[in-house]
Amino acid sequence: METMFGKSIKRREDPRLVTGKGNFVDDLKIPFTTHAAFVRSPHAHAKIGKIDTAAARKVPGVLAIYTGKDLVAGGVKPIPVGWLLPNIKVPAHYPLAVDKARHMGEPVAVVVAETPYAARDAAELVEVDYDVLPAVPDGADALKRGAPPVHDDAPGNVSFKWSIGDAKATDAAFAKADKVVKQSFRNHRLIPNAIEPRACLASAQPGTGDITLWVTSQNPHVHRLIMAAFVLGIPEHKMRVISPDVGGGFGSKIFIYPEECAAVWASRQLSRPVKWTADRREAFLADAHGRDHHTEAEMALAADGKILGLRVKTVANLGAYLSLFAPAVPTYLYGTLLAGAYTTPAIHCEVTGVFTHTTPVDAYRGAGRPEATYLLERLMDLSAKELGMDPVDIRRKNFIPPDKFPYQTPVALLYDSGNYAGALDKALQIFDYKAFRREQEQARKQGRYLGVGFSTYLEACGLAPSQVAGALGAQAGLYESANVRVHPTGKVSVFTGSHSHGQGHETTFAQVVADELQVPIDDVDIIHGDTGQVPFGMGSYGSRSGPVGAAAIYMSTQKIKEKAKKIAAHLLEANEKDVTHEGGKFFVKGSPDRSKSFFDVSLMAYLAHNLPKGLEPGLEALSFFDPGNFVFPFGTHICVVEVERDTGYVHLRRYVAVDDLGRVINPMIVDGMVHGGIAQGVSQALWEHAEYDENGQLITGSMMNYALPKADELIPIELARTETPTPVNPLGVKGAGETGTIASTAAVANAVMDALSPFGIKHIDMPLTPGRIWEALKGKGA
Amino acid sequence: MYAAPFEYHLPTTVAEALGLLEKFGDEAKLLSGSQSLVPLMKLRLATPGHVVDLRKVPGLSGVTESGGTVVIGAMTTHYEVGSSPLVRTKLPMMAEAAGQIGDTQVRNLGTIGGSLAHADPSADWPAVLAALDASVRIASSRGERNVKVEELIVGPLTTVLAPGEILLQVRVPLPAGRYGGAYEKLPHPASRFAIVGAAAEVFLDPGGKVSNSRIALTGIASKVTRAGYVEQALLGKAPDPAAIKSAAARAAQGIEVRADLTGSAEYKANLAAVYTERAVKRAVSRALER
Ligand SMILES: Cc1cc2nc3c(=O)[nH]c(=O)nc-3n(C[C@H](O)[C@H](O)[C@H](O)COP(=O)(O)OP(=O)(O)OC[C@H]3O[C@@H](n4cnc5c(N)ncnc54)[C@H](O)[C@@H]3O)c2cc1C
Repeated sequence: METMFGKSIKRREDPRLVTGKGNFVDDLKIPFTTHAAFVRSPHAHAKIGKIDTAAARKVPGVLAIYTGKDLVAGGVKPIPVGWLLPNIKVPAHYPLAVDKARHMGEPVAVVVAETPYAARDAAELVEVDYDVLPAVPDGADALKRGAPPVHDDAPGNVSFKWSIGDAKATDAAFAKADKVVKQSFRNHRLIPNAIEPRACLASAQPGTGDITLWVTSQNPHVHRLIMAAFVLGIPEHKMRVISPDVGGGFGSKIFIYPEECAAVWASRQLSRPVKWTADRREAFLADAHGRDHHTEAEMALAADGKILGLRVKTVANLGAYLSLFAPAVPTYLYGTLLAGAYTTPAIHCEVTGVFTHTTPVDAYRGAGRPEATYLLERLMDLSAKELGMDPVDIRRKNFIPPDKFPYQTPVALLYDSGNYAGALDKALQIFDYKAFRREQEQARKQGRYLGVGFSTYLEACGLAPSQVAGALGAQAGLYESANVRVHPTGKVSVFTGSHSHGQGHETTFAQVVADELQVPIDDVDIIHGDTGQVPFGMGSYGSRSGPVGAAAIYMSTQKIKEKAKKIAAHLLEANEKDVTHEGGKFFVKGSPDRSKSFFDVSLMAYLAHNLPKGLEPGLEALSFFDPGNFVFPFGTHICVVEVERDTGYVHLRRYVAVDDLGRVINPMIVDGMVHGGIAQGVSQALWEHAEYDENGQLITGSMMNYALPKADELIPIELARTETPTPVNPLGVKGAGETGTIASTAAVANAVMDALSPFGIKHIDMPLTPGRIWEALKGKGA
Repeated sequence: MYAAPFEYHLPTTVAEALGLLEKFGDEAKLLSGSQSLVPLMKLRLATPGHVVDLRKVPGLSGVTESGGTVVIGAMTTHYEVGSSPLVRTKLPMMAEAAGQIGDTQVRNLGTIGGSLAHADPSADWPAVLAALDASVRIASSRGERNVKVEELIVGPLTTVLAPGEILLQVRVPLPAGRYGGAYEKLPHPASRFAIVGAAAEVFLDPGGKVSNSRIALTGIASKVTRAGYVEQALLGKAPDPAAIKSAAARAAQGIEVRADLTGSAEYKANLAAVYTERAVKRAVSRALER
């Protein structure tokens, strides 16, 4: 039988998804469905006075209007936070604002009506008395004396102060440095914009007390647990959460949002299904945003380019409330990444998490790791410039050598494996660095400004292990579940706790199962996203589906194989040790003509007419995989740009990416993920920017002015890989979903700064729009 | 996104459409390609009580030539304008501009008349049509009139069209002699509207000097604006690169340039100069090919 692992087979889910036969939440039709529309605060900060619903109630078809007070009176509890830090302030976050609205777009009331039109019409007629208060949208401003307070119970707008690393050792490193390179960085705010807006359909069954919630979730069990146990007080076993086809998430669909809590509550009140689908405007205002850091960073170096120390102080804008995993993102997913691929012996990082009058910020593709990589890789280039070194040489000088693994960094991580110079070498081979520098030289003479940027990144993903996460403040485990069920006819259903919202699990997971059980891939179905079918699982984020989710499935297949072999040996009247499983058949070594097929064995497992003594009938195995560590993908990205002197416009000229993702199950799917990731990272460097004005109004709240990457602005990406399998999981796979985003932003920014170096420009904050570059170039000659 | 309630009308003649406009006055909005009006309605920034769809009115689309004028029906889509052989051979600048509007979907639905009536200060057609000295034909229950495109648009999203009027056609006089036109645009990375768009139509005399030019800019001011100082500076000059550059440097002179999220007024004035230079250069080389 053909090996599936490593094959670029076409995505099995695509025919369904690209021909409109997908089944998304908004496609679901159940009888008696009602529709919700939210009344949202137009102000960033306002006291909520009287809410007059009289006119709205007169709209034909309106069934109910609920406010924050109604929910609180009905026993609804605040939405909790899933990751706690020492002394963290967690102000109450109710699904509907109660006394104050704290960001533009915060839901204040919900209207439920027979049609979405009636609901929207009525929502327009709800009159809220707002007493508008001063707002502070910027994280650094929020810390200033006299800044408008976001929450009474978070003095100074501080949610937490966190640090990692050794401050004393870092001070000592700076004291003996030959050179200190300092830079402040703004890592600006982004808005995720999954192609499918968030949606939910809540259906309470008054007869049984059961409630089903279809929701665009990356982790349906987490949704159920939090809504049931914390927000709404529903017994967990009475609630079923289903996430059918989900059109992208980038992290934004991990979190528990006000809208779905309100919909479930309303459905229980009305004993009718309640549906809500965000429109794009709501997606901009109410999906958790990403990034938004102010950072002061400095690197201590020896004259030869060896890094001695790194000091980082970051203010992380968390928005108006703590979204579900917000505290983890600028801390454990950020500070721990500051060693990167380098031997930096002393690192200290301090992070202040602040509240502002803006949409909450949480994990967005890469989550903390792009922010860390950006500043680290920018500092590498700035340091090289200061020391008169080549950006490639300074990286080589500081790489952790391949014989030093496992490697303990000064910021908590233990790297399992790596060969950073290997990836760099391969990238340079493809790129032809020398030829580029010659071309750059020539071009400059003609007044054309080319630049090259490197990003020799490292990422930690495959989020786990549970014990460590728990010790660091996670309020959840980080294992993954799998139940592999072989049916009497030998067909296989795989129930995975991972969730696919674009990743292609129906293909890659089936490839693993087909190989292990030696069955045709068409005989394997992957089922995910339904708490009614799948064992308790943690879902997909942090590039964990391969290294944790697929590994759990692999574990189950081993258990199945073991039992199947027992049955086969029994049927063949042979010793189990002598039986092999090859080409889809079980037979005694050396006599393949007398065999039992997988079908024969499966059937007997369920007929149970003739099983080995003491063996239970059935052929099904449940596993939970809780790996011992993260996995650590790494690689080298090289970007070439040309900057127009007279307009500041940046043309992408070349992009080379060499990634080490361990063993690769489906190269085509991984290529697609890397492409998409790079597009998103390039887009942060050049285009995307969520901007608030000084009153906290989101002024880039639509596709007309918030620039997502478009295919025709990107260039062909030259991909290659090195393969250093990880010992952390039995498949040797690492995460592939976020590397592109993590690596590429810095590569692009470094390339632009290299292009501008003849003008003496060292740094411009992103996004590197023509306008910003032109302002920096103003009055400067080459 | 759910629009506020409205009544939908589908007239089949211009007269019927005019009658509906008469009847509902301010309450009525014409609908052409829907690419500007419908987004506004979905956001409830526009809440017309009556929508009068021109889709079924015959004779409002297509490109024809009559007596030295290219006549383009108001309902002609951007795609149809850009792919018309007449436009491609005689007015290549228009084809060039059409291909840069929005994306494929927008070009297949949006119309030239809708774009002019909508009068977005960053739209492409106003600049191109002003450079080509085009006018529009407008009908009302009182009769028909012609208005120059430059006079049609008076400010952001404002035209001289009265509530009871329908834009019927765009009329582009075919230039004569040695002429060339070009459109250069820096698209906004999100919307694809022009951060700046420069349209240049340049005429050369037998000696190769500039005998006349019309240069119009979009994106930088509250409405389409002629770069009069550039036109003046070019007049009578041999259009070599240095002359073009120094003339184009005056592109924003006398224009009240708007700063926006893409950059300062100074930056946008600079863009106007750079894009004017590029457009004039290409226009001249097209003229020289004739
Ligand atoms: C994503 C996107 C990107 C875009 N990018 C660009 C771009 O790059 N450059 C650009 O120039 N434009 C761009 N546009 C706008 C596009 O060109 C529209 O097609 C155009 O602005 C309006 O034309 P329409 O036919 O769609 O008009 P509609 O939306 O139907 O109507 C627009 C307005 O014109 C009025 N109107 C329509 N027809 C008539 C008539 N015959 N007489 C009187 N009034 C009339 C309507 O009442 C309405 O007020 C973009 C639009 C979108 C959605």
